[in-house]
Amino acid sequence: MIKISNLYKSYDDLEVLKGINLNVSKGEVLSVIGSSGSGKSTLLYCINGLEPIQQGQIIVDDIDVHASDTNLNSVRQNMGMVFQQWNSFPHLTVLENVALAPRIVSKLPKAQALEIAEKQLRHVGLGDKLSKYPSALSGGQQQRLAIARALAMEPKCMLFDEATSALDPELVGEVLDTIRLLAEEGMTMICVTHEMGFAREVSDRVAFFHEGVIEEINQPEELFGAPKSVYLQKFLSKVKK
Amino acid sequence: MESSSTYFSGFSLNDLWYLGEAALRTLWISVLAISIGSVIGIFLGLALSVSRVVAFTLGTILDIFRSVPLIIQLVLFFNFAPIIGLRLNPFEAGLIVLIVYTSCYVANVARGGIEAVGQPMRRAARSLGMNYWQDLRYVVWPIGLRAVFPAWVGVALGVLKDSALVSILGYVELLKASQILMTRTQEAILILSIAGAFYFALSYPISYYATRLEQRWSQ
Repeated sequence: MIKISNLYKSYDDLEVLKGINLNVSKGEVLSVIGSSGSGKSTLLYCINGLEPIQQGQIIVDDIDVHASDTNLNSVRQNMGMVFQQWNSFPHLTVLENVALAPRIVSKLPKAQALEIAEKQLRHVGLGDKLSKYPSALSGGQQQRLAIARALAMEPKCMLFDEATSALDPELVGEVLDTIRLLAEEGMTMICVTHEMGFAREVSDRVAFFHEGVIEEINQPEELFGAPKSVYLQKFLSKVKK
Repeated sequence: MESSSTYFSGFSLNDLWYLGEAALRTLWISVLAISIGSVIGIFLGLALSVSRVVAFTLGTILDIFRSVPLIIQLVLFFNFAPIIGLRLNPFEAGLIVLIVYTSCYVANVARGGIEAVGQPMRRAARSLGMNYWQDLRYVVWPIGLRAVFPAWVGVALGVLKDSALVSILGYVELLKASQILMTRTQEAILILSIAGAFYFALSYPISYYATRLEQRWSQ
């Protein structure tokens, strides 16, 4: 589903990703952990084509994302992305927020776009907020709105960039529950996260990023239970404190 | 004496009509300058937000137009236009200068609006598969407009009042008409009060509807 080979990415002189090789198969949930600045979020931006790359290849669903003849807009329709900041459109109601992309990007008739939007909002548990504006929602609800908005494009995979980092602690649970629900339904996902418990419980595999390389990647029990890398051991001991 | 009354005669109803017509000319040149200048200004604002090099070079040019008093720009342009082969009447010359002036101010307002939307919001829009123009049309425009609408209204009201300066080129708009009537009637206070009332009547609907619109958006 997602094949990344020999990926290099730098911002000016700063090398952020230094040779990433990674395959994510259909239906797999991969969590990416690591300290800030290790390149986790940048990886997601590169997969989505929001950031150009210097070297290597990213293939999503048989399409080379960074090839010059690739239409990024159509690639992105197959790839939902949820950011740390939820970025709900403040001038639209909850329902319109979700219906916008199906209507203007997928060019669906309005009624059908609204139908899809309503279905996805019920899916994430916001069925009673359809006519509210985002400003009337809590952070957790806005993040679930962002998830519904991405799902409305019926993506083949989802990328989560620290989806719970900006939330108050008591609101983290509802968003994680929503992501968990998607995992159970078999959605292919890459989750950059600081929630170790979540990574351990939901993921099929966990990748530990350190200074732009995948330092260790394994099934959660092995990676958390018996970390081999010294950096990972240090990281985990810090996180546990 | 008969002769003195031909030079100086009192204010009459006809003069009110005369001022009314002049007010329409003020409205006409202002509406044209504000609408054309705003469209140009929005594209300049987009250009300003694209890259630092553009922002620096274009920004400097805009700063020149914003720093030199409008009255000087009017006189310079009106007198130098014939040198480069442009035969412009006072209305055309005044309109062109007002358009440039408006677009310089609107450019900065527009850039402020684009910056108010922010990169994360635009990335979110792009991540849904929107192309550059869809992002501009459906995300940047509505959110940015709400953010800088009061500033734009300020520019529009400013242009409406500054259009009075076009009078020095001889275009008979509200201020020029008032001056003509003052010379004839010698009733400066009365006529300037009426002219002021006309300016207020032209400006007030703009600020009234602007406030209404802002209230509707904030709901």
